[in-house]
Amino acid sequence: MPEIVYPQESGEPVVVDLKDPYWAAFLAWIWPGAGHFYQKRYAKGFLFMICILSTYFFGLGIGQGRVVYASFKPGNLRWQFVCQLGVGAPALPAIIQSMKTKKGGDPYWVLCERFPADYSNSSLAFHKITPENNNDYTGETIKDGFMAPPGGMNNPRRRSRVQTDTLGRWHFEGKHYFEMGTLFTVIAGLLNLLAVYDAFCGPAIITPAQREMLESKKKKKNKRKSKQ
Amino acid sequence: MNVFSIVDLDHLLLAAIPQIWYALPLIVVVSLVYGATRHENLREILAHSLRNAVWCVGFMSIIFFLIWIAGFWN
Repeated sequence: MPEIVYPQESGEPVVVDLKDPYWAAFLAWIWPGAGHFYQKRYAKGFLFMICILSTYFFGLGIGQGRVVYASFKPGNLRWQFVCQLGVGAPALPAIIQSMKTKKGGDPYWVLCERFPADYSNSSLAFHKITPENNNDYTGETIKDGFMAPPGGMNNPRRRSRVQTDTLGRWHFEGKHYFEMGTLFTVIAGLLNLLAVYDAFCGPAIITPAQREMLESKKKKKNKRKSKQ
Repeated sequence: MNVFSIVDLDHLLLAAIPQIWYALPLIVVVSLVYGATRHENLREILAHSLRNAVWCVGFMSIIFFLIWIAGFWN
């Protein structure tokens, strides 16, 4: 049970009990704030949980549930997911969806269906199928899933083109919300890494001794500059 | 540089303003979380966050101003 004591310039020193830091770090990753609750640092736990989760879910919401997905295939390398994964469990459904759609399966939690790339009316390809434009279409459709990669990836004939076009359609329909949603979820994931660090090592408080050392270094630098 | 290009630029800036508002919650959240990793006391966290937020807004304003000035260079 490592306990860190931070001496203060005035008042009592700050004592932080990290308990099991590895377990705390894991909990902090899996659910923002959970590691701090485990360490009984409730105020910070709530702060991390509210800030990080609200940012993440706001981003996911304005991105209509499509901005967090796992895809590492050529033509659609979703590097942002590495950052989004920092938020822990809320990003994990993307991995489940990726595994489900990997070998041609339909995603769980279908959001909408689209006309395929080779639809007879080519101007409607990749468009959402609605009661107005349906015309009793019964063929294979592209399915958008919640936190699933862009649909149409498993058409062996036109794999890369279809995939890219579905993603392009998402950008077109979402306008700037797709990028903003991506940005918010990426930042939420990265912020949770700071929270994980805080749960593992404690806060990076500058102690009076460290402050003195920094100030003396600054003074030395200034002296050198003035001599030159 | 003609009058119309300035009008267009102003129009573009006005059109971008709703998107600039997205920065506000991000600045608040980033400042709070960063402040929380530097302190344990809630009051110190808030004070650090405020300083951080002011710094962020100042830095972004400088960049905004530089880009805005660069827009006249054509």
